[in-house]
Amino acid sequence: MGELDETSTVVYQPADKAKIRKLWKIALIMAVITAIEFVFATVLPRGPLLYFTFVALTIVKAFYIVAEFMHLKGEVKTLIWSILIPCVFVIWLVIALLAEGASIFDVRF
Amino acid sequence: MATTTTSVDEVQQKDVWNGGVSPLKASYGKLMMWFFLLSDAFSFSSLLISYGFIRYSYPAYPDEADNFEFSQEYWPIPEKVYEAVPFLHGVELPLVFVGIMTFILILSSVTMVLAVEAGHRMDRKAVVKWMLWTILGGITFLGCQAWEWAHFIHGTEAGGLLPDGSVFFGANLMQNQYGPPLFASLFFFITGFHGFHVFSGVVLNLIIFYQASVGVLEKRGHYEMVEKVGLYWHFVDLVWVFVFTFFYLI
Repeated sequence: MGELDETSTVVYQPADKAKIRKLWKIALIMAVITAIEFVFATVLPRGPLLYFTFVALTIVKAFYIVAEFMHLKGEVKTLIWSILIPCVFVIWLVIALLAEGASIFDVRF
Repeated sequence: MATTTTSVDEVQQKDVWNGGVSPLKASYGKLMMWFFLLSDAFSFSSLLISYGFIRYSYPAYPDEADNFEFSQEYWPIPEKVYEAVPFLHGVELPLVFVGIMTFILILSSVTMVLAVEAGHRMDRKAVVKWMLWTILGGITFLGCQAWEWAHFIHGTEAGGLLPDGSVFFGANLMQNQYGPPLFASLFFFITGFHGFHVFSGVVLNLIIFYQASVGVLEKRGHYEMVEKVGLYWHFVDLVWVFVFTFFYLI
């Protein structure tokens, strides 16, 4: 380590304040969304409308994590689509298994 | 690890992926991490969708949520199950503790991006500092989860009635005071699988933290390893966002 310090020619650039501020801003947005979800869960009556809101807010958070934190936004288009398109399988499985669960319920009760 | 002693420019000029170009303009390691994460997303989706599938095949609690009581007859309302907070015994605080856990994980994700950003600037000190914060966040989350599990397994003071009429406290893979046994099984599998991911993430972060602090990454000429473990760490956070919604909120 000492040797490295003497011979190293690595120059580090100063921090880009605007970039770092943007990251903290995204963190704040996500914290606020989580707080909103928490308040909704305790205040609003349970039902499809509330569940829909929860799912929508979750997708907003997921977007921020994937696009900003994981920098997927900055990758080439082909990479973005090759990650996103396979996720239609998940949507398919949601529809298929929830319908299946509902019909099992009908048989049982 | 042949690239450890050559500078990054040199490598890029020669054989990026042996063909002279790097497909999708990403490095091999980063691209493979993305595809691994995609496959891991499928595993977690399957677990969470199984939860939805099993929940749909059980009756929901028919009455107002305020009158909720544990029973084997219907699926429990999660916020009535997860309402304990350490040091506040007997106080009903639905979802407070799990909300704090979510917040901790989001924060550790932010410190991870800051480490990646510092890596781009070749700022070793900042990388080391933010990696350490990330690791601390991860360990805190794991500690919270250990408490959550312990509380779930030991159960509440009143316990719950089993179908045979006996009172049972807490939950295991066979019996469960909170509702149908599958509810507990799904809790153990989903949060356990996620917790194991957090644990592996902390181990990976520790390795990279060590490499950054002794100067291995600086000698290599780039901090791409921080980006790669960063991707994994953000993914763990992403999964928790979904677990929080589908297991605890809905």
